[in-house]
Amino acid sequence: MARIDLDHIRHAYLPNPTREEDYALREVHHSWEDGGAYALLGPSGCGKTTLLNIISGLLTPSEGRILFDGADVTGLQPEERNIAQVFQFPVVYDTMTVADNLAFPLRNRGMAEAAVQARVAEVLEMIDLTGIAHRKARGLTADLKQKISLGRGLVRADVNAILFDEPLTVIDPHMKWQLRSQLKLLHRSFGHTMVYVTHDQTEALTFADKVVVMYEGEIVQIGTPQELFERPSHTFVGYFIGSPGMNVLPVSLDGARAQLGSQSIVLPGAPGPTGGKRTELGIRPEYVQFGSEGMPVSIRAVEDIGRHKIVRAMIEGHELAVVLEEDKSVPTDPHVTFDPAGINIYADDWRVKLGD
Amino acid sequence: MLELDNVSKISNGEAHISDVSLRLESGSLNVLLGPTLSGKTSLMRIMAGLDRPTRGRVLSDGRDVTGEAVQKRNVAMVYQQFINYPAMTVYENIASPLRIAGADKATIEREVARASDLLRLGPYLQRTPLNLSGGQQQRTALARAIVKKAGLVLLDEPLANLDYKLREELRAELPKIFSESGAIFVYATTEPSEALLLGGRTATLSQGRITQFGPTVEVFRDPVDLITAQTFSDPPMNLLSMQKSQGRFVKSGLRDIPVPAALMHLEDGPCTLGFRPHNLSLNPGAGTTPISARVMVTEITGSESYVHLVHDDQRWVMLTMGIHDIEADAMLDVHLDTRHLLVFDRNGRTVRARPAGA
Repeated sequence: MARIDLDHIRHAYLPNPTREEDYALREVHHSWEDGGAYALLGPSGCGKTTLLNIISGLLTPSEGRILFDGADVTGLQPEERNIAQVFQFPVVYDTMTVADNLAFPLRNRGMAEAAVQARVAEVLEMIDLTGIAHRKARGLTADLKQKISLGRGLVRADVNAILFDEPLTVIDPHMKWQLRSQLKLLHRSFGHTMVYVTHDQTEALTFADKVVVMYEGEIVQIGTPQELFERPSHTFVGYFIGSPGMNVLPVSLDGARAQLGSQSIVLPGAPGPTGGKRTELGIRPEYVQFGSEGMPVSIRAVEDIGRHKIVRAMIEGHELAVVLEEDKSVPTDPHVTFDPAGINIYADDWRVKLGD
Repeated sequence: MLELDNVSKISNGEAHISDVSLRLESGSLNVLLGPTLSGKTSLMRIMAGLDRPTRGRVLSDGRDVTGEAVQKRNVAMVYQQFINYPAMTVYENIASPLRIAGADKATIEREVARASDLLRLGPYLQRTPLNLSGGQQQRTALARAIVKKAGLVLLDEPLANLDYKLREELRAELPKIFSESGAIFVYATTEPSEALLLGGRTATLSQGRITQFGPTVEVFRDPVDLITAQTFSDPPMNLLSMQKSQGRFVKSGLRDIPVPAALMHLEDGPCTLGFRPHNLSLNPGAGTTPISARVMVTEITGSESYVHLVHDDQRWVMLTMGIHDIEADAMLDVHLDTRHLLVFDRNGRTVRARPAGA
């Protein structure tokens, strides 16, 4: 297990990058803790796979260095980096048994057979494959094969890091719940440094201690699930995390008040000077409350999605999504208030700190 | 209207579709919900005329079209894997069904402009598909299905390969786009949340059979049986096997659960209780009953926490508001909201609620 330092890394797929836009990955400079579980989250084309490939060694960055526990590995091949990888699609040896598939990386490194058996038995138990340990992998479902791939990724205790590239893509929804929670348990008990790439917010938030949100080649925020939810540092994070995403409304600022059309909203604190930039108020649908008092809204649609309802409303000519609990209904003559704990202010898309 | 009348499909001695009867109205949105290999694609291929059913009939507006080839039917299909003509521009890809139909230049221009507007492909019309992102490629395939003005549009997990957020957007747009066309719209998915977001009507599939077909939220809230309830739950439905004994559900070693008044008419004996993760909470409330369970692991999504539990050797999930990082292996009292409790009899049929005193 190792700490991973990303030292001023940039990457361009073009031969002679000159402008910022030429870089698929713009400056990344971070240190990731030993034993941390990190998720790289973002839409396709955001640079997350590029960053993962730089960590695994499939790609050498155009600029910067990558270090494992202080040792420069920038020029090393993947097989020289002492890492384990799990890919989107299962990679298993069909002619081997399930147990032998897991034992393979251990035997390759000359581990004593008794130790191999013990370790394989432990991992099989944890991923619930003990029952089919001695079956050949051939003919197993894609789900089970991917479980074998996960098990093989987890079997070595001495790797620097385990890298996952959208590992649950082929897994059926019900099995996903089990595998995800098992991965989390495995992380707790083995303490590996894990890096997990996904575009699925639920997977990222539930798996990781720290979620790295990427957008257009940049890391826009690294934070705990709670931080990303409550204090998105960029409107993109507000939009990308949460379903529906954060409401972003254009406002003008006046001290500790925000003016939204004809409505004046009291802020939890006064934002610092924003330099006359475009200012917006962000409020998640979960923090908007219906009542008979507050700001008047009109209702465009109510979507009943089972465990709650999503109300599509209009406020001062802007769309506003509101989340309503399963057993509640929209009041007649609806008004809304914003929970101050859920209010964030943005200037040119970046969050502005609010004073006291 | 498209009607499947007692349709079965058997290949190599294996039943892929068994005795399916369905009536899909014009202008309707219909979701086929079921896990992989439950028969969604087989059923769509029969609807399209790509496959002939072994038994049963397919009727289009009352006319028997069972053996009719797909080319003769007015059908558009979009698959999980984006399929476009790689050598043609996006414009030509979208225009292709119109050209095949012999439309004039003005019509082609107008229809391509309309479809590309709807799917926000305007800036990419002169590119070829391989120079587009996955989402743009799939939108091109969808645009082609729109201009075709087919009476039957079949979408087989069309968003499965797209980004989470893009899926959210397209999911909201697709019903609007297609409802304007008056076509019958059939959408296959493995994900309950996707069915709920699309709305319309849902048919749940299990092992080649339709277990229920009705308005989507109704099937979600009032599943007719256990298999439907499980098919329509993500996270999985929490289950509990108990005995009904007069006014209590009992099992040795477990706390009793009071039988809701509306279910009192169920005869005593074995039954299965089912409830969804958001009907468990950390705090007691009106109509809740306490249950002890062991914590396995907690996952935090930002505003909510999924607490994985073990109860009576069954795995459960609790979805609770707020951030709760509860220590693993702790024993915990959780509170079940019995208002949404589902009870299944020994045959797995849902016990229908009866108003008290009836």
